[in-house]
Amino acid sequence: MKPYTALLRVRFLTLLQYRNAAMAGVVTQLFWGLIRTMIFEAFYASSTVRQPLTKGQLVTYIWLGQALLGLLPWSTDTELRDRMRSGAVVYDLLRPVDLYSHWYCSAIAARTAPTVLKSIPIFLIAGVFFGLSAPASPQAALAWVALTFCALLLNCAFSVLISTSMLWTVSGEGISRLAPTVVYALSGMMVPLVFFPAWLQPALNILPFRSMVDIPFRIYSGAIPATMALNYAIYTLSWAASLIVAGRVCLSRGMRRMVVQGG
Amino acid sequence: MLIEVENLKKTFHVAERQSGLAGAVKGLVRRKTREVCALSGISFQIGQGELVGYIGPNGAGKSTTVKTLSGILVPDSGKCTVDGRTPWLERIEHVRRIGVVFGQRTQLWWDLPVRESFDLLRDIYSIPTDEYRRAFDEMVHFLDLQSLLSTPVRQLSLGQRMRCDIAAALLHAPPILFLDEPTIGLDAVSKIAVRQFIARINRERKVTVILTTHDMDDIEALCSRVMVIGSGRILSDGSIADLRNRVSQDRILMVDLADASDVDGDIEGPWNTCTIAGGRMTIRYSPTQIATADLISKITSKYTVRDLYVENPPIEEVIAQLYRNHAQ
Repeated sequence: MKPYTALLRVRFLTLLQYRNAAMAGVVTQLFWGLIRTMIFEAFYASSTVRQPLTKGQLVTYIWLGQALLGLLPWSTDTELRDRMRSGAVVYDLLRPVDLYSHWYCSAIAARTAPTVLKSIPIFLIAGVFFGLSAPASPQAALAWVALTFCALLLNCAFSVLISTSMLWTVSGEGISRLAPTVVYALSGMMVPLVFFPAWLQPALNILPFRSMVDIPFRIYSGAIPATMALNYAIYTLSWAASLIVAGRVCLSRGMRRMVVQGG
Repeated sequence: MLIEVENLKKTFHVAERQSGLAGAVKGLVRRKTREVCALSGISFQIGQGELVGYIGPNGAGKSTTVKTLSGILVPDSGKCTVDGRTPWLERIEHVRRIGVVFGQRTQLWWDLPVRESFDLLRDIYSIPTDEYRRAFDEMVHFLDLQSLLSTPVRQLSLGQRMRCDIAAALLHAPPILFLDEPTIGLDAVSKIAVRQFIARINRERKVTVILTTHDMDDIEALCSRVMVIGSGRILSDGSIADLRNRVSQDRILMVDLADASDVDGDIEGPWNTCTIAGGRMTIRYSPTQIATADLISKITSKYTVRDLYVENPPIEEVIAQLYRNHAQ
């Protein structure tokens, strides 16, 4: 395990150095959070139908999203992408470590380090000023932490899978623009999934994306009872495991056809 | 044999399109690919402790060979065993036993100080602490790295970076070292430092080294054996003397004449060329046409000679000739 924890640690610590980017991110996220809150408030005020989330739950949902946006696999690992384009990725293959695990560790660091920096100020500011409420119950808090961790594993599996696709496309530009949009919409980050039309719900329930945002956030606010957590954890982890297998298969296929250009 | 390569082949597919807008549009509909044969069946063997130079023109297949030997690329066919293992099949075990330096890219972490990069490599290779300590001290001492250890890699000069890169490739004490253009872009002092270090680890630690380079001085300074590759084939494999003999046996006799007023121009005789310019006579001849001693006595009987010496044509010229011969 030591090589992998070392790789994770070093990448994490490197990313923690980007404090200015994190500060800028906090401001952006606060701005978006406020706009989204206003849009939904207008929507709630103008609608007479009973909504599936209470206003308080919805505001909490929005601010959780702003704080934890970085956990979403909504950008591929740009460092890995650069290494692939430049060919420096050959050195990854020269290390006596499993390549997939190596990339997975990088992905964990890339997802968590910026989020750690950004989420704490957002939690504090949104909690004090903008109506982010505490978890519905201690059980809900615990379940939320556990499911967020499961979501992290899933998110990393997804982002490594997207990264391996670059072994076919070289630039990686296309898929790394397409994938985030899909994730953003279908995870519930854009609009909570309960507002999606009923005919879409079965598909959303089968796809992995709701585990990334919708489930942990609604557990937090009590919209899903904490007793359901175990089921959802299993659901999330099975998707994570499937995507890990898929990523490994893609990687070993891709490596065989890899071309390293130039000197 | 430590390294055995037999009939190794590798072909790349290169996408091609005609130039201009029409070509780009056509490319959308039908992709044309061209096969580029990087290795068309090469074979060689390298024994433990050898220091082998591996040269060839750009695009000849040097890097492809090194990448295959180090387990990065999978060849289309052929056999290759390094230290009893097939590199691409047992990659993880294999890479523990090799060190690789690609002169054109760094293996260090751009944002980390050199010291931390090294420590990270210790963890990645799971090097026991005391062994690491020893290797680390040795590298720092021989490559003079002490003052660089706390500098982030991105701030190193090319020469400094290369020294650190070479150290990084050797921390896990691999018995085999692949160096792909380790002196590219280095100034004279750094080049010599790198060469001396390579010679040293080969001599003292019996590290087997394969060195690819375009710098023939590297080869002349270091390698007892040179393999020349061209268009994916081994053109020549042997000592530098063998290589010279195969390509051309020409020698060059330089004569500094005492009387600089002798007319400039060409002189006919039993040699390939003979020119006088500015008081220096340069004769290019082949020892099969005329023995060196006879040539010298012939010259000294005709001219007043201040100084003379015989040399081989520059190795660059020999190699260029070999490439040309092959291309024809």
